Amino acid sequence: MIGRHKHCLGLADYSREEILEVLDLAVSMKEVLRRPIKKVPSLRGKSVVNLFFEASTRTRSSFEVAAKILSADALNWTASASSVTKGETLIDTVKNLEAMRPDLIVIRHQAGGAPALVAQRVGCSVISAGDGAHEHPSQGLLDVFTLREKLGGLEGRTVAIVGDITHSRVARSDLYGLARLGARTRVCGPPTMIPPGIEALGTTVHHDLREAVAGVDAVIMLRIQHERIGDPLIPGTREYSRFWGLNARKAAEWLTPACLIMHPGPINRGVELEPDVADGPRSVILDQVENGVAVRMALLFLLAGGHEAAIEAKS
Amino acid sequence: MQDLDVDGLVARLAGEVGARARAEGAESALAIVGIRRGGVHLAGRLRSRLKELLGREPPLGTLDIALYRDDLDEKGATPVVGPTDVRFSVDGKTILLVDDVLYTGRTVRAALDELVDFGRPRRVWLLVLVERDGRELPIAADFVGRRLTVAPQDDVQVRLREAGMPADAVVVTRRSP
Repeated sequence: MIGRHKHCLGLADYSREEILEVLDLAVSMKEVLRRPIKKVPSLRGKSVVNLFFEASTRTRSSFEVAAKILSADALNWTASASSVTKGETLIDTVKNLEAMRPDLIVIRHQAGGAPALVAQRVGCSVISAGDGAHEHPSQGLLDVFTLREKLGGLEGRTVAIVGDITHSRVARSDLYGLARLGARTRVCGPPTMIPPGIEALGTTVHHDLREAVAGVDAVIMLRIQHERIGDPLIPGTREYSRFWGLNARKAAEWLTPACLIMHPGPINRGVELEPDVADGPRSVILDQVENGVAVRMALLFLLAGGHEAAIEAKS
Repeated sequence: MQDLDVDGLVARLAGEVGARARAEGAESALAIVGIRRGGVHLAGRLRSRLKELLGREPPLGTLDIALYRDDLDEKGATPVVGPTDVRFSVDGKTILLVDDVLYTGRTVRAALDELVDFGRPRRVWLLVLVERDGRELPIAADFVGRRLTVAPQDDVQVRLREAGMPADAVVVTRRSP
């Protein structure tokens, strides 16, 4: 394994070579995913705990399916059905689950840094499935995988990320991943949703959607988080949708014919994306979901499949 | 390093495979599957020969056995996983499984496990270019190009022109203890 990592906590820690290792392996994993019998024995006898403190459809099922195709056993744990409701702390929860000897813990948490804290306190490998507004590394990897697959490469390409950049862990992981693979990026949204200093990640800031998407190879539309609507960041969804949402008319007038539309899901139809775009010919949103399983298979294989001593020695 | 007349061996092996396929009525259901990476180029050469002999080109597939290894926990590093490409149905086929060197038999075991995950072949034949001692599993080849007698600590590698070698050769090296 090229990677020195025992954990996957964010793409900020991953070099270009380490990202490419995951993407290349994911190509082979996607072939397995498309077989009539979708099962290989490589992680037989390994167990993966999916620890989700936040709601999730795609990420959680994706990690579960990935583990099962590789023959690992997946245990799905949900905060709302656990002793967290009785007041058990995060560390107590993971120490107890660790005592059941999992090989890997996949964790999503509302607090940025929670997976890193868990990684310090347990012996097994930890994958972040999204923490607060920090990072969502597997989403970043599946986004660059999808772009590389559709565009044939990322060197010299330009990608616009549109929405609430401040609160988006997806945006941060995408910005790291795209920069490592040589793509240029633009971020776009209302001024209240662009964090100061984001240019340090190698991106340019735009507030005008038309200007931001002009000539780009792909647009990643972010979900406007309902919990933030109505607070002072944006006056309302109608205004947001008028200025920063994408519909078929804007797409036809402003985007190049080959420009791809991506979205990490779940979509707020009619807010950031109109159905005519989300379900239109440019949309690769469901390819992202399929590729997500392949990328997560690659991550699980790299972190749970290798020789533990060898990985520990490098970490 | 010694030169190996791979084309001569492939011609003879293809003849044996063709004769057995005819004897067992398997000509039309024959398919070739090469084990990555050593068996892939070999499988390609066999296919050309068999096309001449049988008058039809058998389907060709590739298996990468990295996900079926039994030593993931023992290897020092995660193995490289390459592409598997079996685009035809293996159900009812006579599969000619091809590898360059037969040694412990573990690669063939993994390849058989992977192959049956694609369906239920009628039968599977194993063809190897070079056979040496050291089997750790009860596996034997149906067609053998050349038997090589080497010491247990020797490593045997087949190098083919397709992989950028100037000439086909077999290389025996002593493993450092």
